[in-house]
Amino acid sequence: METTILFAPLVGAILCGFGWKFLGEKAAMWTATGLLFLSCLLSWIVFFTFDGVTQQIEILRWIESGALSTDWAIRLDRMTAIMLIVVTTVSALVHLYSFGYMDHDPQWREGESYKPRFFAYLSFFTFAMLMLVTADNLVQMFFGWEGVGVASYLLIGFYYRKPSANAAAMKAFIVNRVGDFGFALGIFALFFLVDSINFDDIFAAAPTLAETQLTFLWAEWSAIEVVCVLLFIGAMGKSAQLILHTWLPDAMEGPTPVSALIHAATMVTAGVFLVCRMSPLMEFAPGATGFITVLGATTAFFAATVGLVQTDIKRVIAYSTCSQLGYMFVAAGVGMYSAAMFHLFTHAFFKALLFLGAGSVIHAMHHEQDMMNYGNLRKKIPYTFAAMMIGTLAITGVGIPLTHFGFAGFLSKDAIIESAYAGGSSYGFWLLVVAAAMTSFYSWRLILLTFYGEERGDKHTHEHAHESPMVMLVPLGVLSAGAVFAGMIWYNSFFGHTDQVAKFYGIPVAEAAAEGHDTSHGASGSDTVSSDGHSDEAGHADDEHGKASSGEHHYVFAGELGEGALYMAPDNTVLDDAHAAPKWVKVSPFIAMALGLIVALWFYVWNPAMPGRMVENFNPLYRFLKNKWYFDELYDAIFVKPALAIGRFLWKRGDGNTIDGFLNGVAMGVVPFFTRLAGKAQSGYIFTYAFWMVLGIAALVTWMSIGGGAH
Amino acid sequence: MDNILSIVTFVPAIAALILAVFLRGEDAAAQRNAKWGALFATTVTFLVSIGIYTGFDPANTGFQFVEEAEWFMGLKYKMGVDGISVLFVLLTTFIMPLTILASWNVETRVKEYMIAFLLLETLMLGVFMALDLILFYLFFEAGLIPMFLIIGIWGGKERIYASFKFFLYTFLGSVLMLVAMVAMYVDAGTTDIEALMSHQFASQSFSVLGIYVVGGMQTLMFLAFFASFAVKMPMWPVHTWLPDAHVQAPTAGSVVLAAILLKMGGYGFLRFSLPMFPVGAEVLTPLVLWMSAIAIVYTSLVAMVQEDMKKLIAYSSVAHMGFVTMGIFAANQQGVDGAIFQMISHGFISAALFLCVGVIYDRMHTRDIDAYGGLVNRMPAYALVFMLFTMANVGLPGTSGFVGEFLTLMGIFQVNTWVAAVATSGVIFSAGYALWLYRRVVFGDLIKESLKSITDMSSRERAVFTPLIVMTILLGVYPSLVTDIIGPSTAALISNYDTALAAAEAATQVAETH
Repeated sequence: METTILFAPLVGAILCGFGWKFLGEKAAMWTATGLLFLSCLLSWIVFFTFDGVTQQIEILRWIESGALSTDWAIRLDRMTAIMLIVVTTVSALVHLYSFGYMDHDPQWREGESYKPRFFAYLSFFTFAMLMLVTADNLVQMFFGWEGVGVASYLLIGFYYRKPSANAAAMKAFIVNRVGDFGFALGIFALFFLVDSINFDDIFAAAPTLAETQLTFLWAEWSAIEVVCVLLFIGAMGKSAQLILHTWLPDAMEGPTPVSALIHAATMVTAGVFLVCRMSPLMEFAPGATGFITVLGATTAFFAATVGLVQTDIKRVIAYSTCSQLGYMFVAAGVGMYSAAMFHLFTHAFFKALLFLGAGSVIHAMHHEQDMMNYGNLRKKIPYTFAAMMIGTLAITGVGIPLTHFGFAGFLSKDAIIESAYAGGSSYGFWLLVVAAAMTSFYSWRLILLTFYGEERGDKHTHEHAHESPMVMLVPLGVLSAGAVFAGMIWYNSFFGHTDQVAKFYGIPVAEAAAEGHDTSHGASGSDTVSSDGHSDEAGHADDEHGKASSGEHHYVFAGELGEGALYMAPDNTVLDDAHAAPKWVKVSPFIAMALGLIVALWFYVWNPAMPGRMVENFNPLYRFLKNKWYFDELYDAIFVKPALAIGRFLWKRGDGNTIDGFLNGVAMGVVPFFTRLAGKAQSGYIFTYAFWMVLGIAALVTWMSIGGGAH
Repeated sequence: MDNILSIVTFVPAIAALILAVFLRGEDAAAQRNAKWGALFATTVTFLVSIGIYTGFDPANTGFQFVEEAEWFMGLKYKMGVDGISVLFVLLTTFIMPLTILASWNVETRVKEYMIAFLLLETLMLGVFMALDLILFYLFFEAGLIPMFLIIGIWGGKERIYASFKFFLYTFLGSVLMLVAMVAMYVDAGTTDIEALMSHQFASQSFSVLGIYVVGGMQTLMFLAFFASFAVKMPMWPVHTWLPDAHVQAPTAGSVVLAAILLKMGGYGFLRFSLPMFPVGAEVLTPLVLWMSAIAIVYTSLVAMVQEDMKKLIAYSSVAHMGFVTMGIFAANQQGVDGAIFQMISHGFISAALFLCVGVIYDRMHTRDIDAYGGLVNRMPAYALVFMLFTMANVGLPGTSGFVGEFLTLMGIFQVNTWVAAVATSGVIFSAGYALWLYRRVVFGDLIKESLKSITDMSSRERAVFTPLIVMTILLGVYPSLVTDIIGPSTAALISNYDTALAAAEAATQVAETH
């Protein structure tokens, strides 16, 4: 069944991409979509029937060389199961949605066939993404990693006539390759250290690695820190974290369904997935995880500030994605991988919803994307409006404070903010709270500019604004349901009590050492605790126990390395600490959200002149934000231009003057002599000469050898 | 078939002789006969060579299918293949029919053209199979001549300059090798390669003209061979002949040059340099590794600013060969496996890329990147094929380009992390130049008037590409097809290398203590 889930999209891509001429356009597109729905259905079955025990399914041998032995294989555990439903569900809905959105695309000329190609790319992307999440070793993951990169490249550049789309596609691929550079080095380092890159082997080696020193470049480092940082550089590229984030906003050049699927719900979360997948290593690398936390928090903050002033509806959502990914990394960085996965899971629903909703708006407005030309659309496109509302309520985190009742984002985002506090990262905590306020502001700004106020921009476009067809509204409806309920339904699994979370991920638990006796949950686990020798653990647990208000602190994670889908060291008590966080911590994201909402209302409803005044008064700041902190300009000046200049210099001066010049001077001075000679022989004498000479040699050799062979 | 190697080697030469002797005239019929004759001969060669693959026993790390006979003047004719060379033989026989098929539009001196390619095939095959020093040298050097002619007669405007540059560069490199070969014969008393591989050449350090030579004779011999192979490879900084040769060569010439001739350098390192002069190799390893790493970055940067499609791909070839030399001199299983894999894979990918250039060159007669743009609008099939090989060229996992790069980098990381980091940055640059080329040629709107009536690939062109596509993906998904064959031989090579180094080390210590 897992194999079917994995390969159905590939079959769909091939049939649709190569077979549409025989099948017909419509049939080809339905084939791809149908296979994805099949894949989706099976994924949900796997998700619900999965019992928590990791399974490995081998498919084929892959790269083998000496000690290196990798297979094409499926690793099925809770992490995989979560990603399977996220990827296939969003993908299936996006396929369906594209029937409406891609119909009569004005980018194409009459009679041009572009839809099968689009569907084939989407299906191919899904296949690559599934390879990534089902990988059982790092190379297969790297295959999926680069595969989704190519799919992303092809889809961003889907409108290949547009120079801006082509540029954005290239940028996405190359910036991602910078991340892959780190990822690849991380893989090499792991192989060097462990002699294997299969997950089971590297997980088991984690404690050893923590005590190993690795000479890397100019110094000796703790091996595990180097490995984790290198792998994280890969994650930074794919998940558009600061420094390597510049490609994501530009990626909005692709058709909107692509933005929803790839650049919001699935591919960009691959980095988070990688960090969580590597939790057994991360747990032993405090330096690397500290770096992840800081960078994630900074990204969340940075992207939110830029989101405040963008006017392109898709770019606002793109920066919001970038920012939300930062949240996930903070959670992973403080050791609360489950919260990261929780936000990844809920974010997939509400962000895909927002993007598809934005697509519906764009569709209604004849491919106008500037929010300054929207306004008062709520009556014209009521269903889309409702969907966008739900998405916004979810992303801003609306819910009833101090309960577990609210939209999906409320539960998962609060989980992260509490974890950041509990994990001891006050930098992360405060930046995330501030970012939450900004998230709320720009999200409501988007709603207010689009659906409320006066109609702005082209009259004609507004008059013809129309609600989208059913194939587009159904996906919006399904995702809306996810955005409302996903958080509440799965709260306990992702962020409930230790034993609930542990059960979900298949991790054994042991009763906290302070309690002293064994439980039915994991006999092996209790051994781990008692014999592990973490000297400060008992004291630590006691300490936390004091904090825990309602006696929840009964269990600790006690999985072996590689047992269960996640690994949390026995001294990792962030989950319980987060539950025990003070009330003001738990309420703070809600207050931030409310503040953002009020400011948005003030700016765009109560006092519409306000934004203009702010722009005037804080012009330098405004331009700084509007130009995205000048990252693009900076990179162009320090990377792109110098690289080309050096290339030109090496070519003309290095190859031309120095090497050829030198060789000409010393030995190649004879060339002009020969060329003159050859000039005389233009009629071809010299060549005929040489020609018969070779023929003679060959004949001689042939004759000799045949004669010789006969002896 | 005891003499299958001789059959494979000399079928093309015999076909060339037949063409030379019996085919007369320059009319259409004669041209057609020459083409079909050459295609037939190369195809037969390929089909027979499959027997080498099926009959080959990978577990046996010695030479197989060995043929040995007395030649003239006391010289020996000895051929054989092992895990390291057998795939190069197959690569050659596989590429040649495609080359001929890609040359279907040649109109001038068709007969001579085909003869040149057929002879070239014989000589190249001989290089990979020869097990006698003199025989190897003959094949190795004689191979220059047909290539020299192909560039010089059927090349572009600057063909004379390019052909002489090619010839002199590679020929001068080989002169030193000949000197070393004579020295080897004097020292070991045999020209048998198998015997030489187990012979220990002196490695005591000594001074020559006031220069202290670590590793002594071995280092000097290594350097002499290195001069020849480094040029052939080509390694930075002796690579400048390659872009000129590629640009001027006809499409099929470029294909053979990139796919097969470049591999002789890498093969030479594996056949001679590592097994015969291990001490010399070890002494010079840092130099070679840094030359490789520099080559990767340097030529990638240069490739980025090229305006001529073929030059760009030529520079990218040099960068890819950098991975090969790096892998070989990492001298561990992953490195050497990766290097061989990279050479085989590059044979398919670079051949396809030069053919891609050929497809549009045949239509527009220009290689200027600026002359194109928006080809996808009228040539969707071409766009797809070109995209596939562009991605293979940047080493996308799932294509054969990935496996070689990945293994060589993995190998080198165990030896030197600096070199590994510098070389790995090549994956960024390669994406840069390859996608930038693709974007300028294929993407965009089709505006140029001259391109408005350009036609997509013909069925002959598709037929040329199909085998290359199949191989590129097949080896990317199931690389065991290659690694199973080369693995044991590589392992033996490395263990011999390590043993020889240890022995030399011990000998030096003994000498020092006395």
